[in-house]
Amino acid sequence: MDLTGRFHNLFISGLVSGESINVNLFQVQRSKKSPLCLFPLCVLLRLEAITMAAFLARRLIGNRSSQILGTSSSSSGAFISVARAFSSSTTPIKATLFPGDGIGPEIAESVKQVFTAADVAIDWDEHFVGTEVDPRTNSFLTWESLQSVLKHKVGLKGPMATPIGKGHRSLNLTLRKELNLYANVRPCYSLPGYKTRYDDVDLITIRENTEGEYSGLEHQVVKGVVESIKIITRKASMRVAEYAFLYAKTHGRKKVSAIHKANIMQKTDGLFLQCCDEVARKYPDIEYEKVVIDNCCMMLVKNPALFDVLVMPNLYGDIISDLCAGLVGGLGLTPSCNIGEDGIALAEAVHGSAPDIAGKNLANPTALLLSGVMMLRHLKLNKQAEQIHSAIINTIAEGKYRTADLGGTSTTTDFTKAICDHL
Amino acid sequence: MARRSASILSRLLANPSSPFIAPSRSITYMPRPGDGAPRTVTLIPGDGIGPLVTGAVEQVMEAMHAPVHFERYEVRGNMRRVPEEVIESVKRNKVCLKGGLATPVGGGVSSLNMQLRKELDIFASLVNCINFPGLATRHENVDIVVIRENTEGEYSGLEHEVVPGVVESLKVITKFCSERIARYAFEYAYLNNRKKVTAVHKANIMKLADGLFLESCREVAKHYSGITYNEIIVDNCCMQLVAKPEQFDVMVTPNLYGNLIANTAAGIAGGTGVMPGGNVGAEHAIFEQGASAGNVGNDKIVEQKKANPVALLLSSAMMLRHLRFPTFADRLETAVKQVIQEGKCRTKDVGGDCTTQEVVDAVIAALE
Repeated sequence: MDLTGRFHNLFISGLVSGESINVNLFQVQRSKKSPLCLFPLCVLLRLEAITMAAFLARRLIGNRSSQILGTSSSSSGAFISVARAFSSSTTPIKATLFPGDGIGPEIAESVKQVFTAADVAIDWDEHFVGTEVDPRTNSFLTWESLQSVLKHKVGLKGPMATPIGKGHRSLNLTLRKELNLYANVRPCYSLPGYKTRYDDVDLITIRENTEGEYSGLEHQVVKGVVESIKIITRKASMRVAEYAFLYAKTHGRKKVSAIHKANIMQKTDGLFLQCCDEVARKYPDIEYEKVVIDNCCMMLVKNPALFDVLVMPNLYGDIISDLCAGLVGGLGLTPSCNIGEDGIALAEAVHGSAPDIAGKNLANPTALLLSGVMMLRHLKLNKQAEQIHSAIINTIAEGKYRTADLGGTSTTTDFTKAICDHL
Repeated sequence: MARRSASILSRLLANPSSPFIAPSRSITYMPRPGDGAPRTVTLIPGDGIGPLVTGAVEQVMEAMHAPVHFERYEVRGNMRRVPEEVIESVKRNKVCLKGGLATPVGGGVSSLNMQLRKELDIFASLVNCINFPGLATRHENVDIVVIRENTEGEYSGLEHEVVPGVVESLKVITKFCSERIARYAFEYAYLNNRKKVTAVHKANIMKLADGLFLESCREVAKHYSGITYNEIIVDNCCMQLVAKPEQFDVMVTPNLYGNLIANTAAGIAGGTGVMPGGNVGAEHAIFEQGASAGNVGNDKIVEQKKANPVALLLSSAMMLRHLRFPTFADRLETAVKQVIQEGKCRTKDVGGDCTTQEVVDAVIAALE
């Protein structure tokens, strides 16, 4: 049996037995073949080995490993995407799908249909929100759901309605904390064919998702006086600034604007700006500017074409990203993607679960579909992402099939079918 | 009488196409004896475009022979504190007119705008965002008044570095300040015949802080049964502002959200260069450009002298009404609105190319 066959057998046996594959590499190196022909095989095996080792380690150690391995996030992220590129041609990619509540299941069905019609090789791992609080996560989201996202590293989430009550964390908060989702990316562009007051919007808002004003640290000092603490750390600011500039570079964007109120909040927003400045110096070919938030709001409603990529702390990001969504037509058309450490990406539809039209085949799946496209781009399946994206844009532009919220009369299934036809 | 009709006739003949705004006159204003005595107002030109636009106001006041006398003080944005004499002057005169004071970013100097407001306890900031006839914008039927708490909230200036790389900033909300701003908002709505007050908050996340603000608003709302009261979360509010601004009337907000909402509303109605506004406290009042008072323009505008004086002119009309000179206020407002409507003399931020002086001359010519 030749060398390749032997490696393959060793590898498979390693998988079956669940042991670390390093043993096999050692055996490979002991072979007396020349190092030159061993090299590509070594690289391939090492990648597979590290990926496998990472998956297994995570299973064994539990989610604390994401913090242990967190320091080498960028390098392992790169390895994982390369491994995925190797594997995409042969095996389907596994992704977690949270259909959500209300109109969630219908629009998730839409997404599955469109993806199948576009030949996207994704194996969906569906998880539903439970009806009881899971003590391991202290929320309605089960431990298995979280583990699934951690394992597959990509997910698509429909709208979830947080049940009212105490004693458990909100679903979004659980996902954010457990998966360490630090950046929320929301591209806002005018859809040709759907006319709003603004026609030339094409911008991306990147919002820091973990700290800032939303730390939840409030207390009553004395009766009638309340303090709320806003926290800005160098680590989180650097993380989101790095991501913003990386995103701008990989997507061919020309300008990054950092939004702040550092003239009033000098130390906190000042630190955020410092971090953005530092990262900007590493990308000299991307234009960088700093805009005070009140000016930014005004410029956005007067002339949104002035902005390209916006990076900001938590609260401003919340407000500005919703403002931009309003400019292009509302939350029903806006995709969004949450980026976590280790290359985790959870794309989600940010609109509500619309319980009043649930089950009536009236929902608009555009937001979830566009989020799915963002997920595909993250997985570097750009060709199919582009195909699906054009199909959606053309369907809406044509105007024959539009759901009720866009002013038409089509049902969800008709709209989906029209998109599949456009592919 | 003949002289007056001649001037009206000449204006009608000069441009027959433009609609003539009939001057409204408060003929029922009955002054107390002695009300016509000139009032002294502190004037702070400020930085950047400040001196340009306050100069414009001075010229127009003189052309109108308004009974206002300005006491000018130079304050620069990079001073450590507002000079004591300026504060004394405002305390004496009770009213101040001010251009913008730029706060250097991250410079370690606290904002002088904020300092003035805190020291004189000027707790309410008001911006009236309204569509002007003749000034085309993407949104119609905008008439929003944003009333914003001015002294506390996120602008407390209480920050510190916990360990290197971790910074904290405190947002303080007190019942006292929230109640008085809510009371001011409802009183304003009542006195100005407004039908609805909306409280803007983020209490789903900042439960205690914004929760306290909302409680105060709800308590005050109970006393004004003729005014509708509702609440809206700030991110939804921004989205609704760009989609359907006609649903808002008076909005009351804490400090930071007020800043953002005021600028957004000003932007949809025509820009911060034309919106009037003022700040008022129990004893003093400061009038300045409606939204974005810290924005003093860039060097290019200052060099070319193309700053927009409309906002400060309309704010000075508000000041004249505050000083109980309603007829002068009406005349000034009518003249400015006429210039906007004619559209011949506009500065760059509203789509024209005139200089500040040309706009001032047009306003003076339009004065009756």
